[in-house]
Amino acid sequence: MGAVRTAVIGVGQTKHTAARHDVTMAGLVREAVLEALEDAGLDFADIDAVVVGKAPDTFEGVVMPELALADALGAVGKPLLRVHTAGSVGGSTAIVAAKHVMAGVADRVLVVAFEKQSESNATWGLTIPMPFTPPLVAGAGGYFAPLIRAYIRRSGAPSHIGHLVAVKDRLNALRNPKAHLHLPDITLEQVAESLLLWEPLRYLDTCPSSDGAMALVLASERAARSAPGPAAWVHGTAMRSEPTMFARRDQVNPQAGRDCAAAVYRQAGIGDPRRDLDCAEVYVPFSWYEPMWLENLGFCAPGEGWRLTEAGVTGFDGEIPWNPSGGVLSSNPIGASGLIRFGEAAQQVRGRAGGYQVPIRRGRALGHAYGGGSQFFAMWVVGAEPPA
Amino acid sequence: MTATSEGPAPEAPLVEHHVLEYPGGYTRSLGPALSAFFTGLRDGRLVGARTADGRVVVPPAEHDPRTAAPLGEWVEVGPAGTVTAWTWVANPKPGKHHLSGPFGFALVRPDGADTALVGVVDAGVPEVMSVGMRVAPRWARVRTGTIHDLEAWVPLADGAAPAPAPPNEAPEVGEEPVTRIVCPIRLEYEINAGIAPSRYLRGLAQRRIIGQRARDSDHVYVPPRGSDPMTGAPTEIEVEVGQTGTVTTFCITNIAGLSELAPPIPYVTAQVLLDGAATPWFGLVTGCDPTEVRMGMRVRAVWSEQAAPDARTLVGFEPTGEPDAPYEHWKDYA
Repeated sequence: MGAVRTAVIGVGQTKHTAARHDVTMAGLVREAVLEALEDAGLDFADIDAVVVGKAPDTFEGVVMPELALADALGAVGKPLLRVHTAGSVGGSTAIVAAKHVMAGVADRVLVVAFEKQSESNATWGLTIPMPFTPPLVAGAGGYFAPLIRAYIRRSGAPSHIGHLVAVKDRLNALRNPKAHLHLPDITLEQVAESLLLWEPLRYLDTCPSSDGAMALVLASERAARSAPGPAAWVHGTAMRSEPTMFARRDQVNPQAGRDCAAAVYRQAGIGDPRRDLDCAEVYVPFSWYEPMWLENLGFCAPGEGWRLTEAGVTGFDGEIPWNPSGGVLSSNPIGASGLIRFGEAAQQVRGRAGGYQVPIRRGRALGHAYGGGSQFFAMWVVGAEPPA
Repeated sequence: MTATSEGPAPEAPLVEHHVLEYPGGYTRSLGPALSAFFTGLRDGRLVGARTADGRVVVPPAEHDPRTAAPLGEWVEVGPAGTVTAWTWVANPKPGKHHLSGPFGFALVRPDGADTALVGVVDAGVPEVMSVGMRVAPRWARVRTGTIHDLEAWVPLADGAAPAPAPPNEAPEVGEEPVTRIVCPIRLEYEINAGIAPSRYLRGLAQRRIIGQRARDSDHVYVPPRGSDPMTGAPTEIEVEVGQTGTVTTFCITNIAGLSELAPPIPYVTAQVLLDGAATPWFGLVTGCDPTEVRMGMRVRAVWSEQAAPDARTLVGFEPTGEPDAPYEHWKDYA
């Protein structure tokens, strides 16, 4: 017996912003969940299982947040599961939920991921002081900036490439009313002159810290056929991980990312992602990660990613738009960011992306997330039509 | 680089007492239900919520536990209540319990509520405690909208009326609802460094940098973790690596961390491939202007005056002045 064909039939998210002092974590996730349920034409009573994702507990200081959220998520009396794979968690949460449906154990699964970063400070929460170790890394930028420097050296990319991505994703975000950052006047000069935080990374090369939540309703083929709106069909899912440190580990172009992409393309029958996809929503928290992931995800040969970015291939009207929603550079509630990528890919193939809808000609889109020290990868390919 | 044929001698791993605490404390945005609850506590009242089926839950739930519908009808309950379950703490620990004398932990169902709150009962002796016992709040004189505003429950004689809350003596507490609180959360525990890292840290105290070599390859891991991350096999062969190395990549940090132990900005952190090691060591580069640091730069260890089995003993690396190492030698170690 093969896997049950699975689709996204509902998508909802909050308006992402720096601080939502007006709601609890429960109130925050409810906004996304109610929008997703309404989109799917369902009520809590129709849901068979609930899967929750969020990033490190050090952000809010709540251990096992899923227990406190059970009543807000209508999960009382149902299976409720929390997933955690650092920054990639939103992606792995969607995949865990999809497998509930593929396995035939649930017809309709509610997926929600969130972060309420304003309850502490993300720089602290990501790099907490630990015994035996001097506190030298200030936030994720301190970890990733040296890898970006290594990429620039390796590829010979000119220094303005990152700034191009910083501007492109912020201009895309102007089309997306739910995006956190709306910077209508952003220019390359502004990015290049913004504060140098972690050389070579500048302030505007860096994602914001957001409060926000994203929710999806995943359904079996049978349940999807009775949904009121269009479905985004799951054509492939993959997760891969690797240790933080091993001999000759390629942290710039990690093996786990390449393997994960190869696996998801194989399942979805994608030969050349640049040719076979309509768009990609990829976890780009620092501007330079666009050219780096273009190479890691096989959109071009190693060393060529920056040329695609420079030529506008990933632009909104480009050959293969990357992050038409504005991406992580425009909204970053960390625990939700991966699910936002997965959900935005689904919205594109459903034709529901509104002002940031790209033309759907090939009928498929990629959702991507990564986390930890580029250790965890989660990806899916969704399509406008069911898989063959 | 010298290899010893014997494995590391068995030695107790290093253990350090550690406190994990967000500076200033996590905040909580309270939303409508908990705002009503904490505002009530500040004002010396107990507030619950009425659910769709007419029950009253306290503290008030934001969403109905049965239907998931939002709740919005806040109901004053108690303040007297009935103990539904209890246990006795005969030897309270300073810093762990907020009453200094023996007390009861109890579930107390306030009059008019259908659920019980957990709280402490300042009853003096356990003989006073029973299921069905009547209790009333002892309100704090200074109330700021936290759970400590209800200091403790105290025994209430059958048929007696509970005393009203005393006037609030907190300075500058207005009439505005309480919408956010600070939650002091503190994790205190002993962290065990593990056997292999302890060998590394003890080596640092002797100004030696000790790694471990993989069983099936010439990979030397520094700091060692006791196993080869590529195979999972134990790394039993101890190897002292050189005190010089090559900067493979680096970052100049201009953003202050939230630890008082972090160096003043700007500072340079680098991945340094030590001569003889297969994984880069991560740490500070000192002894030159940040703008002089470059990929391929040759560096040597800088030791702290105080030699201790602690990573801070190896302060970082400074330039040796040798010519830069060729790219081909270190390009795979970023």
